[in-house]
Amino acid sequence: MVHGEAWTIKELFVYPNEYIYWSIQIVMYPFMTGLVAGAFVLSSLYHVFGVKQLKDIARFSLVFSFALLPTAMMPLLFHLQQPQRGIEVLMTPHFTSAIAAFGIVFSTYAFIVGSEIWFVYRKFFVETALALQAKTDKSPVDRFRQLLYSVLTLGAWDIGEEAMHKDEKAVKILASIGIPVACFLHGYAGFIFGSVKANALWMTPLMPVIFICSAVVSGIALCMLTYIVTMEIRKYLLSLKSRKYIFRESMDELKSAEVHVVTMTAKYLIMFMILAITLELLDLIFRGYTAVKSWDILRSIIFKRDFFDIFILQYSIGNALPFIMLLFPRMTIRRAAAASVLVLLGVFMMRWNVVIGGQAFSSSLAGYMHYVMPVWPDSVESYKEGLFGALTVGVTPFVLFWIINKVLPVFGVKDSH
Amino acid sequence: MRNHVWRPLYVVLFIVAVVLLVRKVYVPKDFGIQDRGYMYGFHRLGSEADWKAFPVKYRSTEYCRDCHSDKYNELKQSPHAVIPCEDCHGPAMNHPDDPPTLTIDRSRKLCIRCHARLPYPGSGRANIPGIDPETHNPGAECVLCHYPHDPRREAKK
Amino acid sequence: MMNRRDFCKKSVLLFGTLAVPLAAFELFDPTSLLAEKNDGKEVRWGFLVDTEKCVGCGFCVKACKIENEVPYNADVSRTWVERYVVTKDGKTHIDSPKAARDGFTTEKIALGEGKFLDIKPDDIAKGFFVPKLCNQCDNPPCVQVCPVGATYQTKDGVVLVDRTWCIGCGYCIMGCPYGVRFFHPVYHVAEKCTFCYHRITKGMKTACVNACPFGARQIGNLKDPDDPVTRTIMTERVNILKEEYGTKPQVFYLGLTKEVR
Repeated sequence: MVHGEAWTIKELFVYPNEYIYWSIQIVMYPFMTGLVAGAFVLSSLYHVFGVKQLKDIARFSLVFSFALLPTAMMPLLFHLQQPQRGIEVLMTPHFTSAIAAFGIVFSTYAFIVGSEIWFVYRKFFVETALALQAKTDKSPVDRFRQLLYSVLTLGAWDIGEEAMHKDEKAVKILASIGIPVACFLHGYAGFIFGSVKANALWMTPLMPVIFICSAVVSGIALCMLTYIVTMEIRKYLLSLKSRKYIFRESMDELKSAEVHVVTMTAKYLIMFMILAITLELLDLIFRGYTAVKSWDILRSIIFKRDFFDIFILQYSIGNALPFIMLLFPRMTIRRAAAASVLVLLGVFMMRWNVVIGGQAFSSSLAGYMHYVMPVWPDSVESYKEGLFGALTVGVTPFVLFWIINKVLPVFGVKDSH
Repeated sequence: MRNHVWRPLYVVLFIVAVVLLVRKVYVPKDFGIQDRGYMYGFHRLGSEADWKAFPVKYRSTEYCRDCHSDKYNELKQSPHAVIPCEDCHGPAMNHPDDPPTLTIDRSRKLCIRCHARLPYPGSGRANIPGIDPETHNPGAECVLCHYPHDPRREAKK
Repeated sequence: MMNRRDFCKKSVLLFGTLAVPLAAFELFDPTSLLAEKNDGKEVRWGFLVDTEKCVGCGFCVKACKIENEVPYNADVSRTWVERYVVTKDGKTHIDSPKAARDGFTTEKIALGEGKFLDIKPDDIAKGFFVPKLCNQCDNPPCVQVCPVGATYQTKDGVVLVDRTWCIGCGYCIMGCPYGVRFFHPVYHVAEKCTFCYHRITKGMKTACVNACPFGARQIGNLKDPDDPVTRTIMTERVNILKEEYGTKPQVFYLGLTKEVR
């Protein structure tokens, strides 16, 4: 079986070798990197621009962005025909290719996020390690934790005021370097598509910018949603009044903090949404107005074959509806959560319509290809490039966040700065 | 540099060093920028030799003539002179050593590649004598009546 | 006095700072950059397709698949033949069932999904066949986009894939405007027409040129002014496919018309 044959239906004249080679995982890839970049930008808004209202969500989105990092790489490994050779991108990078930058940009970004987290949590590492050291009867778990936190301090045990001040400054510098790198990380994901001259739908210089804006939109929406969910869980645990869970805040404090954070975040979400949608519409109008050779087939894709995906799922349900929901006064948590879900759907559909939509027509401009996503994983290929592979990628950041949260507690820790 | 702020950078530099070390071992020695520059010629030089060493299967009609000159001359006198031997007889490879005999495609499907009539003005196909495979003795092999090395003659019985 | 921590710190720093510039030198080796400028090429492989001569027998596709070990029944091929039927109402119907491996033996046009279109002979204004293969572009976009240097252009202008180095990302397949690339069903790496590099470098013709009874396909050395292919390209009115992409194809066509995609 030829790769791609299992999920491609050809219609009219399609070149014999053409299949939908870039499938669901390549939809997941910009979606996941978008979430990484967006989450980081959100946390930087507090660290760099001092948006105090975002303080509560800043630490959260920073750690979440760290948890999302490996999942930006996962879809690529799932997609590669030779995943064991993936390391070659770092070994022999061919920089005339947009993908070659991935290894370098991604590592740089990972280093920045990692370092920033180290500075934010250094006080916590030192305090925890010292507390464990002081403990007399240590269990094996305690001993392991003491070792772990001691290593994590990287030998920097000074938590005096001067040292803390330096940390704060370092976080600010890292966050401000991080914003352009995050934008670059995602902008170049857009460049990967935008620079393919062989594809009429992809080739536009607007593609990187559109990708960055929708990345920030999706990142903020996911952070908001996850924040709401975790806060609800905390409220629920608090209401159980179990002694097992000790919180610093009271129920009312939690509630008011939550509403406040969500209202503030929603404002930034709306701003970036306007930018993203404007650019996307500009692209569409420009294509229609200039109507070059490829417009005939693009029009039939956009307005006929993919009409439901583009205009109903992406623009109406994914953009217009949450936009109205967020604009309405007296924001409620439930409404914000629902709007976030819709925004995520909208951005996902945008990725889908770019990646799958771009392969919905043959480069002969005389035929169509229809994508049927493999659902049941009856082979390695239909798992990797099917629904379950995509779900694996989608679930991983939450599992990672849960694990990382064990080491780097996001809630109930006094900020070191 | 007794400033703790640089600690993460040391970790980064260590990782970079490890990557560069791995690179030294992992990348073949002949990998580099070759004749066509970095954009088009960045590759492992040995790959070109790999492709040159790929086994040849079709040897061309001239190869067949060395032993089968009778058949060669017969074919060259006929309207089928343009057809290379290996189109019907299959790739010679290292015949007669390996394989000792070739599998000849005598099927009707082979003949109608050219002789199924297609009414396309402006293409070479219109100039070839054609039949309608659905009505012209369907099911019968062409070679029962037609002699492929010289279609002007009837099949050798 | 240097304590242990200081020693570790300093050695890491030293190693790191030394390693970075060393790596940079390796990437941009000045001697290999110089070598590129010495343009002493005497071979540049080029291809000539005469669409007037092609009858759509598909022997070229069959020979190519066998010669180059592309699984015979897989629905991919390094070369293929397209059929164009233009009807009197101005519509163009195109197909290439099984990449024309078995030739064109019926008047029915394949529409995909097992559907066929019957065209009455009286409605046909013109019909012709167009063989396709890799254009071995002078500016190959597929090579430009390879992230690891697994596909490249040789000195004599042929674009090849290193099967031991390709990671299978598919970017080159996406980057080719002509749709000549695909994933090899056995090796699971990018696969494409090599102009039968193993044959042309031994002085033989490509398998498809060898198999074509009608001389619709020819290969030659574009650097040699006496080569029949070069002469035809210099003296006749030849065309190339999809010039607007700026890829500078080195496969030239006689009798190309506006309907050809």
